[in-house]
Amino acid sequence: MITAGIDFGARNVKVVILEDGKIAARGTALTGFDLKIAAKEASEMALKAAKLKLDEITHITETGIGQGSVEFAADSVSEVGANAKAGVKLLPSARTIIDVGAEEARAVKCNESGAMEDFVVNERCAAGAGAFVEAMSRALEVELEQMGPMSLKATEAVPMNAQCTVFAESEVVSLIHAQTPKANIACAIHDAIAERVISMVRRLGITEDVLLVGGLAYDVGFVDSMKRGLGVEVHVPEFPEYVSAYGAALIARERAKE
Amino acid sequence: MAKKEFWRWPEYRHTVEGIDPQNGKVISGGVDIGSVSSKTVIMVDGEVFAQSVMRTGSSSPDSAERTMNWALEDTGVTLKDIHYVVGTGYGRVNIPFAQKAITEIACHGRGASFMWGPSVRTVLDMGGQDCKAIRVDERGKVQNFLMNDKCAAGTGRGMEVFADLLSVPIQEVGDRSFAVKEEPQAVSSTCVVFAKSEAVGLLRSGWSKDEVLAAYCQAMAHRVVDLLNRVGVEKEFVITGGIAKNIGIVKRVEKELGIQALKPDQWRDDPRFDPMLAGAVGAALFAKVLYERSQG
Repeated sequence: MITAGIDFGARNVKVVILEDGKIAARGTALTGFDLKIAAKEASEMALKAAKLKLDEITHITETGIGQGSVEFAADSVSEVGANAKAGVKLLPSARTIIDVGAEEARAVKCNESGAMEDFVVNERCAAGAGAFVEAMSRALEVELEQMGPMSLKATEAVPMNAQCTVFAESEVVSLIHAQTPKANIACAIHDAIAERVISMVRRLGITEDVLLVGGLAYDVGFVDSMKRGLGVEVHVPEFPEYVSAYGAALIARERAKE
Repeated sequence: MAKKEFWRWPEYRHTVEGIDPQNGKVISGGVDIGSVSSKTVIMVDGEVFAQSVMRTGSSSPDSAERTMNWALEDTGVTLKDIHYVVGTGYGRVNIPFAQKAITEIACHGRGASFMWGPSVRTVLDMGGQDCKAIRVDERGKVQNFLMNDKCAAGTGRGMEVFADLLSVPIQEVGDRSFAVKEEPQAVSSTCVVFAKSEAVGLLRSGWSKDEVLAAYCQAMAHRVVDLLNRVGVEKEFVITGGIAKNIGIVKRVEKELGIQALKPDQWRDDPRFDPMLAGAVGAALFAKVLYERSQG
């Protein structure tokens, strides 16, 4: 049986196609302003890679911000539900799944069967989401992809006082003017966002194992700050950005069987 | 060509006519180094004599010196002639020539009570990087206050970001926000970063710049009214700080509160009532009292 999950993120739309429960292909496209176009692009990319046609997919489940915007999806699932399902599938011992995307951060507590038990979410403040690192990389004039590797080279901890993204931009500029090495600033940026994400997760309680997913999990500097901040091992799966889409595809499979 | 900076508000200095500092008993100074603007007020026997408003630079001592020197320019008064200087604002501890530092909350309360009269009970200070709701008694003494200095939403910085995004000079934002047929729905995001994306989406879907400004002014008004309501609003009510010059915010705050602000337009005719000066005025008043006390 072939199923698919589609995840509408603030920056990217992600598609995962499952063939008999195994990942057959992934696809992605910039979300832009038209979710239909983005969904079409991302699904075509995945279908092409899997050498499949849209009508060969038995069931498509969507998740993320644009639920209800594509007619080829049969139904939808919450992001936290998708996170829990996929997280436990990827790491059966995972009990806390932290998902940091471009404009939202979530933490889900789940049981061994991948059912969500409790969750917290921040969707109101950019300072606790990937948009913070994006804005800071612009202020620092460092490519987003370089922020992580650069952060790991930090030699000294510099504190960041500003919590707000807008204020932090000015603070980064001041740090540059004060000749602070960029690596140290990058590390301060990662520590700052990790601190905010962790304070959100603490409201839920931290149960090991901890799995970190979402686009920001690609950022090795952020992962390192999370490990230091939480004081526990933080696991990152392969393709962390596709975890919600994978969860939606797994749920599509369950629903198709019913 | 350099990109035009739409957020830039005008700097200025002013001397009040008809006051002779040579005949004054006490010349006092108030210097308010905010995160965005630096202000100096020189008082002669408790009356505003000279003032300057300029942007804060990267160093507080330099900014303090520049705003003080500019206020004194062509007045015949030099720094040596000033009996006592009080510093306030976020850079208050870094003013080399100030004898004492007093918090901006106390100074805004005192200054607002002096500028708009002893009937003032609630002061909303909307600054560059923070926003405070202050309750004062009939002498301008602070009874209670609440502050947001963690988040750019509801501060001058948020408005600057929007002026730049929409390429609208910041002084025109207020008037333009009323150039709409119908008041649109407020921008729904609190966070300035998200509000920016939301605004771009609105423009793309055909909203005019004026409509987006109206929607943002309304969102900002909601935000500060929340803060005001938590501290409790009692008449008379005044707004201080740079945003008080933005009619788009003032009118919407008034509407939502159901209370009129006291003479929000007075500064247009009389620069002594510049709402940005309230902190510096309060500081200069404290300076006068402190000097007199030191003289026994």
